[in-house]
Formats: sequence, structure tokens, C-alpha cells
Amino acid sequence: MNTIGKVSGIIANLVIVETEGTTAQNEICFIKHGDTRLMAEVIKVVGNKSYIQVFESTRGLKVGTEVEFMGHMLEVTLGPGILSKNYDGLQNDLHKMEGVFLKRGQYTEAIDVDKKYEYKVLAKEGDQVVAGSWLAEVKENWMPHKIMVPFTFKGEYTVKSIKGDGEYAPKEVIAVLTDQEGKEHKVTMVQRWPVKVPIRAYTDKPRPFKILETGIRVMDTLNPIAEGGTGFIPGPFGSGKTVLQHNLSKNAEADLVIIAACGERANEVVEVFTEFPELDDPRTGRKLMERTTIIANTSNMPVAAREASVYTAMTIAEYYRAMGLKILLLADSTSRWAQALREMSNRMEELPGPDGFPMDLSAIIANFYARAGFVYLPDGDTGSITFIGTVSPAGGNLKEPVTESTKKVARCFYALSQDRADSKRYPAIDPIDSYSKYLEYPEIAEYLNKTIDENWTSSVFKAKDILLRGKEAYEQINILGDDGVPLDYHIRYWKSELIDFVILQQDAFDKIDASSSLDRQYFMLHRTLGITEREFHFDSFEEIGPYFKRVINALKQMNYSNYESDEFHKNQKELDKILGEQEEAKSEEESVEA
Amino acid sequence: MEKDTKAFQRVYTKLFQLTKATVSLQAKGIGYDELAIVDGRLAQVVKIMGDMVTLQIFGGTEGIATNAEVIFAGKPPSLKVGDDLAGRFFNAYGDPMEGGEIMGEEREIGGPSVNPVRRKQPSEFIPTGIAGIDLNNALVTGQKIPFFADPDQPFNQVMAMVALRAKADKIILAGMGLTRDDYLYFKNVFDNAGALDRIVGFINTTEEPPVERLLVPDMALTAAEYFAVEKNEKVLVLLTDMTLYSDALSIVSNRMDQIPSKDSMPGSLYSDLARLYEKAVQFPDGGSITIIAVTTLSGGDITHAVPDNTGYITEGQLFLRKDSDVGKVIVDPFRSLSRLKQLVIGKKTREDHPQVMNAAVRLYADAANAKTKQENGFDLTDYDERSLEFARGYSEKLLAIDVNIDTDAMLETAYDLFNKHFKPEEVGIRQEFVDKYWKRN
Ligand SMILES: Nc1ncnc2c1ncn2[C@@H]1O[C@H](COP(=O)(O)OP(=O)(O)OP(=O)(O)O)[C@@H](O)[C@H]1O
Ligand SMILES: [Mg+2]
Repeated sequence: MNTIGKVSGIIANLVIVETEGTTAQNEICFIKHGDTRLMAEVIKVVGNKSYIQVFESTRGLKVGTEVEFMGHMLEVTLGPGILSKNYDGLQNDLHKMEGVFLKRGQYTEAIDVDKKYEYKVLAKEGDQVVAGSWLAEVKENWMPHKIMVPFTFKGEYTVKSIKGDGEYAPKEVIAVLTDQEGKEHKVTMVQRWPVKVPIRAYTDKPRPFKILETGIRVMDTLNPIAEGGTGFIPGPFGSGKTVLQHNLSKNAEADLVIIAACGERANEVVEVFTEFPELDDPRTGRKLMERTTIIANTSNMPVAAREASVYTAMTIAEYYRAMGLKILLLADSTSRWAQALREMSNRMEELPGPDGFPMDLSAIIANFYARAGFVYLPDGDTGSITFIGTVSPAGGNLKEPVTESTKKVARCFYALSQDRADSKRYPAIDPIDSYSKYLEYPEIAEYLNKTIDENWTSSVFKAKDILLRGKEAYEQINILGDDGVPLDYHIRYWKSELIDFVILQQDAFDKIDASSSLDRQYFMLHRTLGITEREFHFDSFEEIGPYFKRVINALKQMNYSNYESDEFHKNQKELDKILGEQEEAKSEEESVEA
Repeated sequence: MEKDTKAFQRVYTKLFQLTKATVSLQAKGIGYDELAIVDGRLAQVVKIMGDMVTLQIFGGTEGIATNAEVIFAGKPPSLKVGDDLAGRFFNAYGDPMEGGEIMGEEREIGGPSVNPVRRKQPSEFIPTGIAGIDLNNALVTGQKIPFFADPDQPFNQVMAMVALRAKADKIILAGMGLTRDDYLYFKNVFDNAGALDRIVGFINTTEEPPVERLLVPDMALTAAEYFAVEKNEKVLVLLTDMTLYSDALSIVSNRMDQIPSKDSMPGSLYSDLARLYEKAVQFPDGGSITIIAVTTLSGGDITHAVPDNTGYITEGQLFLRKDSDVGKVIVDPFRSLSRLKQLVIGKKTREDHPQVMNAAVRLYADAANAKTKQENGFDLTDYDERSLEFARGYSEKLLAIDVNIDTDAMLETAYDLFNKHFKPEEVGIRQEFVDKYWKRN
């Protein structure tokens, strides 16, 4: 019997319910408001009072209304048909909702229960299996979707019977498993899992040792993110967080991309809905939407469901990871999630931590990031979740609780700088402040040097060094004036500008420049570093800027043309010509000296 | 304010608690968000604890006695919508200012949000003739964007100009803490342009209680939804001034003892503002709601909680400032941004638009650096001199708010300026565009 209670207090979406029976922290309940049922979650219990956060507007709600507690936490449905869906934060399929406006109390089925899937059996009778073992696979879009032993199953089971190849609907029983006591358990293609509990259907979680190619030069080349790694992108408004995440979702070499649009603009989600079904996945040639799932809790959707949305996204990611896939999980913006926590904590009159955020904010963020990772699965396969969140610091000031808490746990820091955004140096990732801790991992360095080039990491550090020295030179020039410093300062500054314009800056809206393959990144870094190693001869500082601008222009035209195309080579010739002028100048100088 | 008392309405006369903005009393069967009239003033339920109900009084509680009459309305705030709204001005409660009645259907204000999958991606360019907007920060139907400006900037004038040139089917003006002069100015400009029949106004002036303002944007957006959804019209909503609206939010939250967040604004400011701005939408059937707002700054500070949260919500911002070099108000190309511009520029406008726009802004940045150098007393290079000259021309001929030309002319003007001061390789746009559009002489 479910516990029943009655509403005794209402402050916005915080509702107090008096009950006789038992209730549990994070238990889901429904308020029977008129002929709709409003979903809510228990967030605190004191005596016979349960404090619940309602995932909907509480307009019109009255004291005395009946509340039914469901005996389980907030869960998602896991099964074939999740890919390409557009969900709200509670995993309602937005397409199945009626009308233009979201109606309160409308909950829709997350998967298409009537659809038949082409099914191939993987296990056989008598097999010993554990939670997460693959029993069969069905075709979801182009992808083999594994039907697994439900994650809630504890210990070892024996496959008693399993259906042969065929076409089945998600809720048909496909296997019967017996546990060690000999009890039988039916398995369908669908299972449910509480979002706030990590799915641990893996045997080991090693340190990440490969990189995830993103196609974005300033990330891959300078501060690569590991497959199964974590990163975050803090930046003031308008600095390019969303454009960068969208670009990642289009170009990163993941099997699946899950986007949690968390308290941000609806139009940005619409952009994904509209463009992804048209855009090609550069790796498979299929449509990008086929590998993408969106969890949308835009800023005008109920605040309480915002917290749920990131957990829903993570749980779906974990489900697919257990199938041996490489998942990229993006959340924009984790600050909105933290703010939702803050609103609730304030309403409950909890003792506030810094800036009014809940005291345990750091722990909540740390636990969430810890769910990402590269894993070994029971059957020996591997899977990964690479997680990148954005952070929207108040006033653009990074000394605030969400940024600081995230910095403690995320291994890559891609700080977007207002100055760079203002001068349209996109993506505005600050090359000096940003870092990837993975570059310090010996296993990653080894991987890079093996897959790209044996001197790769030393080239990367060389480029970083040039950027830093360029910045110092620039500061000196600003203090002492153009002719107050030796010519060499100007050259040093322009060498860093060269790397800035050619490697760091990348036009997310240009068809060609938007993504750069690792080969190409290797080539361009080499070419550019080669130029920085040359000796240059100028008579006055006034010649330096214009000359380097021509070099930069030629290299940028290369970035804008297809790799290895005629146009690419033409621009390369142009570059050689410009560099040749220096050779001539040099030999002239030498002959005069002789 | 008059409201008729109907049979089902419950009347109470014993207040338990009075604060500056709220009253509490014992009452039964009250719905959350429900409206009430307390001593003739409109109020709304903001908290229910057992049988203790707390009401927020929009007009303030001055003079309310503990035996004041409280009549519950049994419904949340609403507006009567219909074609009858057009051409009229209303107060914050949705009552016509010139008196009379509105024929129409009653709608709750602050209603639910549009299902994101029922939205359409905005794609219709809104030309304004102002190059600081069209060239650098093109606007699109369904967009939400504020002017960021100090109180002494002519933002209401620019907004009125943009509204009239935008070719909207309806213009809905939401005035919050508008001075009476500015209110009359808007009325006048729209009247002179013969546009009054396309206007609907919801006005709270500085003469009225600030808390009343809280109703204004929801009223305006409810009217906007009527025209956009039911009539498939292109609706432009003008919200001025959202900083004064936020001040009203902070008054209420402070009086209700909520823990203030940055700049004494409520912790929920982001959600409160996003709820309104997200009403901007492009519907598949052609109707749209575009929101142009004003957020006044203090001393150009955009890190203050109101502009900061706004920036995180809106699709860019238009930053007005006076350029003392040319003596005109310009749309600052560094601080301004239209995030939806890439949906139209180079697509609905000439193909080279994005590149020309970026190149010009980059050169303007070079000029800013040169200016810093100059101010620090350093010698300028020839390039510095040229970029400074370019900047003057750019500011005067393109950034100033008094420019009124079409986008092709804006692009031509930009090439003229490039050609006058720079060589193509210094401008750095794609060679094919240089070959095609750069007229050298
Ligand atoms: N890589 C890029 N190339 C070109 N333009 C860019 C790039 N990144 C950002 N921009 C420009 O900056 C604008 C703002 O970027 P974006 O929406 O990603 O900002 P944001 O950091 O997500 O802001 P917010 O916190 O307000 O959501 C874009 O609309 C675009 O005009
Ligand atoms: Mg964003």
C-alpha cells in the first residue's frame, strides 16, 4: 500500500505534506490536483511532515489536497528507442505531448512501446550472467543496442530461457533468469533505474589513457580531453560556451552524444532539433541526430526538474556506456542546476553556504563528475562517458562557488575570456589560464606520442611556451612603447599571434574550418612551429606586423580550404612565397656584409 | 479598483499580520497564486501554511487596518484578450486607462511555456536600418534582446524607432516605472507614425506603486501570445525598463525575508527573468513574439546582477554609448551581440556579410589598441594612424544610431572604408569576396 498524505503548506514549488505512513528521502509522489497529478520529490522529512519539491507549477493548489507516495525514487526508463529523442528533464518524450504549450501534469512514455525491433540473441541458455551482461541486441537507428541483465539484479544468474532471433517489442519478455536460490526472473528489453544512483555495471574504472578527438584545435592540440575524462567551460555570458558545446556535439568522435540543456534558452535547443537531423555525422555519414539525445529543461520549464535533468542525462549515458559505447555528455549550464538547488535550499530556510548556495554544493558537484569515466565491462569490452559541463559565473567572476567547486573535480579547464570574445578571437578559450591535467598523465603522453608523432607533446609545450613569451613581450611593448623595446620583442609577440590566429582561433560557423582532423592539426602545428623557428630580419618594428599578417592570412586561407585540396596547396605556395621574401632579404643582407 | 463581488467569493475581515508588502490571515480553501482584494487593493497569495494565508499587496499596505476587508477571487491574475486590445492602453491590472470594457476571453497571465519541439527556429531577419544593429547584430523574429544603456542614453527613442521600422503586426509596450513624459512620448511617436491601431500598451508609471509593475510584463506577454498564437501575427513586445521591474522583485523578496543574493536581488532572479524572456518564440504557423527590452545600467556596469542575469538569458544585447570622438550615440560593437544573427546573415543578406562584419570589428579593435597607445603617450605607427581614421569613419557612418540604410548599402560603406584605409591582406576576408565585392580605386 502506498503512503497517502495531505498538503499542509505551499510556498511556490515547495509543498509540505503531512502523512501517517512512511516516506523516504528522494521518494517520488503525486499531488492529486483536480484531474491532474503533479509529480514531486521528497527533499526533507521532519516528523510527520514531508517537504516535497514539485516538478510543476503549484498554481491553484490547496491545503488538504491528497498526495500519494510511490515507494520509489525518481527513475528513468532504459531501453531501445532513447536515441534521437527529445526529452524534458523527467524523461517525458516532448514529441508525444499534446498542444503547443506544455500542460501541467502531462507525462509521456519515454520509449515507443509498440515498436518492434530487429532482435539478435547474444547469450544462450545455461550462461552465467550478472547485472549488465549482454543478453541480446536490437537495432536502434544504425546502432546495435544491447539488451542487458537489469542493473538492479544482484549477484549471479543463470539464463534459463532466452528468445531466439526475431522481431519483438520492448516490453515482451525475452529471457528468464534464475538466481542462486532458484527463483525465476523475467527480463524484457526495458528496465528502470533511479537517476541519482550511479550505474556500476562495470568491473574496473582505470585512469583515462586515450584522448577524445573533438576537431577543435585549441582543445585537441593544446589541452586535450581524455576519453572518459571530465572538463568544464566557465565563461561570462556571450563568451561562446554554447557554441563550443554545439561544435563539440557535432564534431567529437563519440558514438553517442547526450546533451542536457539545463536552464538555458529554448531557441538553442530548437537549433539542435532543426540542424542535427540535416547535418551529417562526419564519421558515419549518417545524420547527426541519429547519435544524439537531448534532455531539455529550458529556463522557462519548471525549476525543480532542472536538477533532475542532469541526472536523467547522466543515467542515460551510463546505460549506453554499459553497451560498450563511447559517450560524450554535455551539460549547459551546470550553474543553472546549482541555482535550482539554491532556490530550494533558501525556501526551506536552510543555513546558506557561500553566495546562498547549499553547504553541500561541492560534494554534489563532485559526485556528479565522478560518474563519468572509462570503464571495463563484465564481458571485457570498454565504454566511456566523457563529460563536459559549462559554468556561468555571476558577473563573469571565477571566484564563485560553482566554478570553484567544479575546478576541484574537473580535469580540463577551458576558461573563456571576455577579452578574447570581445575581440572575436573564437573559440575564446584563454590559452594561458586553461589547462588539461591529462597532458600530465604519462599514459596520455605516451598515447599521443604513439598515435600522432613521437615529438607531439614536446611540440605542444613549445607552442604553449611561445604563447606565454608572446604575452610577456606584448606587456613589455605596452609599457615601454613600440620603439622602446628591441625588435626581437615584436617578433616574439607576432610569433605568438601566429599561433593564436592559426591554431587557437577556429571559425565554428565555417563549413571547413569548424572541425579539424588530428592529421591536419598535426600538419598545421608543425607548419606553424616551423615558421616560429625561423630567423627573421626586419629593419624596423613597423615592418613586422604587416609581414606577419600576410603570413597569418596565408595560413588562415589554408584553414579555410579542404585539407590537401588544390586550394590548400595554392595557399601553401603563397605562404612559401611570403617566407621566401625573408630568405632573399637575409641573403641580400649577408652579401652586403661580405 | 472595482471588482464585482460574486456569490462564491469568500470575504474575511480579520488580518493576523501586516508587513510593508504583505498581509496574513486565517482562511480556508484558498488556492496558491490566487488573487484577492484587500481593502480595495489587488493582492496575490504567495504562501499558505495550514490555514494561514499570506498575500502580497501590489499597491503596498500603507493604511491597511487589521479589520480590512479581504475578498478572495478564486482565480489567478488574468487578462481579457481579444482584438479589442489593439490600439488601447491599460494599467498594470489590465484595466483600460481611458475606462470602458474589453470584449474578450479571460486568460490567466503567466501561463505555461511553449513545448520546445513545437517551436520553429527563428529565421526571419528584422531590418531596422541601423547598421550598428543590422550589420553587426542582426535581429531575428522570435528573438529576445535588451538594450543595455545608462539612464541618460536615448534608449526609449531608439526602441520606438526600431519598433516602427520592424514591420510588426502588433507592438505591445510594457512600461514599468516609465516616466509620464516617456509614456506620452511613445504614444506620440506611434500616433504620428499612424501606428496607434497596432499598439497595445500596459503601463506602470513612476507615479504608481512599484510592486504593481510585477504584473505588467505578464499582461503584455499574455496579450502577445493571443495575437501570435490565435492570429498568427508577428508581435513585437517592448519591455522598458527591466531594471525597474527587478527592483520591484527585490522589494517584495526583501519584505518577505528571503535571503538576498548578489546586489540584494532575490536568488531566483535568473528564473524570474527567464520565465518572461523565454516567451519570445517563433511558431511554425508564422506567428512570432519578439522581445526588445531595456536594462538600464549604472555607470555602464554590466556585472550588476540585473544586466548579468539578463545577459545569460537573452539572445544578446545592444549596448548603447556615446562615442565622444564623433559626438554621437553608437551601438558599441564590442559589448553588443546578437546571438541569432548567424541564422540570417549571409543567408537572408549578402554572402559576404559575416566576414565583412567580423573584419570591421577586428579593425575597430585595432583602433582601440592604437588609442590606448596614444593615450599612454607612445608614437603611433602608420597602421595605427590608419586604423584610427577607419574607426572614426566606421563610428560615424555605420555605428551611429542615426544611420538608416539597407544592408547592401552598409556592406558597400564598409568596403569603402576598408579601401580608403587598408590593403586587402590587412582586412583578412576570404579572397573570393575580395575579388567579388571589393571595388579598388
Ligand atoms: N567559435 C565561434 N565562432 C564564431 N562566433 C562565435 C563562436 N563562439 C561564440 N560566437 C559568438 O558568440 C555568441 C555567443 O556565444 P554563446 O551563445 O555560445 O555564448 P555563451 O557563453 O553560451 O553565453 P550564455 O552564457 O549567455 O549562454 C554566438 O552567438 C556567436 O555570435
Ligand atoms: Mg550559452
